[in-house]
Amino acid sequence: MLNHYATKPLVFFLCLLPFIWIVWNALYGDLGANPVETVTHQTGDWALRILLLTLLWTPLKNWTGISQFIRLRRMTGLFVYFYASAHFLIWFLADHGLDLSSMLEDVIKRPYITLGFSAFLLLTPLAVTSNRFMIRRLGRHWKTLHQLVYVIVLLAVIHYLWLVKADYLEPIAYALVAIILLLSRLSAIKNIGQHSRSAFNSRLHSRVSPNQ
Amino acid sequence: MIKIKKASDCRESDITPEPVYKKRREFMKTSSAIGTGLVLGGLQGNALAALDVSGFKKSGYTTDEELTEFKDATRYNNFYEFGTAKEDPASNAGNFNTDDWRISISGECDNPGVISLEDLMQGHTIEERVYRLRCVEAWSMVIPWLGVPLASILQQFKPNSRAKYVAFKTLLDPERMPGQQRSVLDWPYIEGLRMDEAMNPLTLLAVGMYGKPMPNQNGAPVRLVVPWKYGFKSIKSIVSIEFTETQPKTTWNILSPGEYGFYSNVNPEVSHPRWSQAKERRIGNFFRRDTVMFNGYADEVAAMYTGMDLKKQF
Repeated sequence: MLNHYATKPLVFFLCLLPFIWIVWNALYGDLGANPVETVTHQTGDWALRILLLTLLWTPLKNWTGISQFIRLRRMTGLFVYFYASAHFLIWFLADHGLDLSSMLEDVIKRPYITLGFSAFLLLTPLAVTSNRFMIRRLGRHWKTLHQLVYVIVLLAVIHYLWLVKADYLEPIAYALVAIILLLSRLSAIKNIGQHSRSAFNSRLHSRVSPNQ
Repeated sequence: MIKIKKASDCRESDITPEPVYKKRREFMKTSSAIGTGLVLGGLQGNALAALDVSGFKKSGYTTDEELTEFKDATRYNNFYEFGTAKEDPASNAGNFNTDDWRISISGECDNPGVISLEDLMQGHTIEERVYRLRCVEAWSMVIPWLGVPLASILQQFKPNSRAKYVAFKTLLDPERMPGQQRSVLDWPYIEGLRMDEAMNPLTLLAVGMYGKPMPNQNGAPVRLVVPWKYGFKSIKSIVSIEFTETQPKTTWNILSPGEYGFYSNVNPEVSHPRWSQAKERRIGNFFRRDTVMFNGYADEVAAMYTGMDLKKQF
């Protein structure tokens, strides 16, 4: 199924749906009493949701053994940048009237904005290097660079947690998902550790490791 | 400039003598019972209709600023008793039954008791007042409230000389207020004012808006409106008013004392620790505007705070 030619376009369309919903409601419908807030929250929510989705492909591959999940990773990652950019731009435009100094003052003075803005800044090099040319050019550094996403997801969930007034249910749910996704990678590291240990042991005992 | 009453002023001779007052109350009870009987007869025993606010008078408290649309004022609400999302109160408060609403008056006063909302409003002329409403979340509205100056209500109960503050309480009923089934806040919602703030002519006990009885999602059937303070001070669906000698606890202050002070006067120079209060978005506008000290009511209220460091007593 994942190899099906329609899989990627389908996921693309699903990721675009929130944007279509926003534009449709802005033009023909209703974005509520505070449209700026609606758009800011929606784009922020979807940037975070799709970021978590992007972090899901690798564990899914590990758990199922189906490597095709990775085919979706770059596309969803770029959607994260798309929604994060929209999230930043609507705030920069409507809250700060595109006044750079006023915007930066907020970034410096308000910790939750500092975190959100940092997450957005850190996403930029990842988006820029998400093409074959840059992957080839950066070589082994590419992977190191893209491990920044682990920092970004933590910044993003704390950004959300920190702005809430009293009802922490949703941001805590996102934070938990993020932690689970990160931990799933830690155990992968543990496995690597086991592999190298068993490799060491096998060398010690001069026989081939039974693992892979 | 409006003369501001001090806490000690509320026992002045403009209060109706008790025997006269009690007689009048008896008369009003009887007449309202007759009225109710007539209405009930007409409605064939249906539940009591919402408080009649139709006889309201326009007041001098107004503004030439554009009113927030009724639709927006009734679908963008912070009323956590019905859910924490802005649209939750509009979705969840539809069936909130406010019939037979009673308010307990207690504490440092000579006339404590439990009184129905109808009796509480009897003899008072309901006025329409157009006030700016500034939420602590940096958005604002302009709303035509219907209500009665809180001072004229409070004086009926003869607060004594120990009454330095007034504490208010919202209904606690998780069945009728489903938001209370989650402990997002320490229920019931409680708020308070210093006596002079409660007695300030601007402070309104509101029973309606936009010419109609108070919509459920806006704090039916009776709420406070304190226009120079952040919106959360204007407690909704009030069931208890208590005169106290010491400063009462308040819900948001309990939750986060460093962020929500007892006074919570609108002040563009004192940031919320997590966000600026210098600007606000008027609902209906795209860009933000500058927030004004005391939400533009400095002439009426600033004198109450002379000598106070508003950065410390925020």
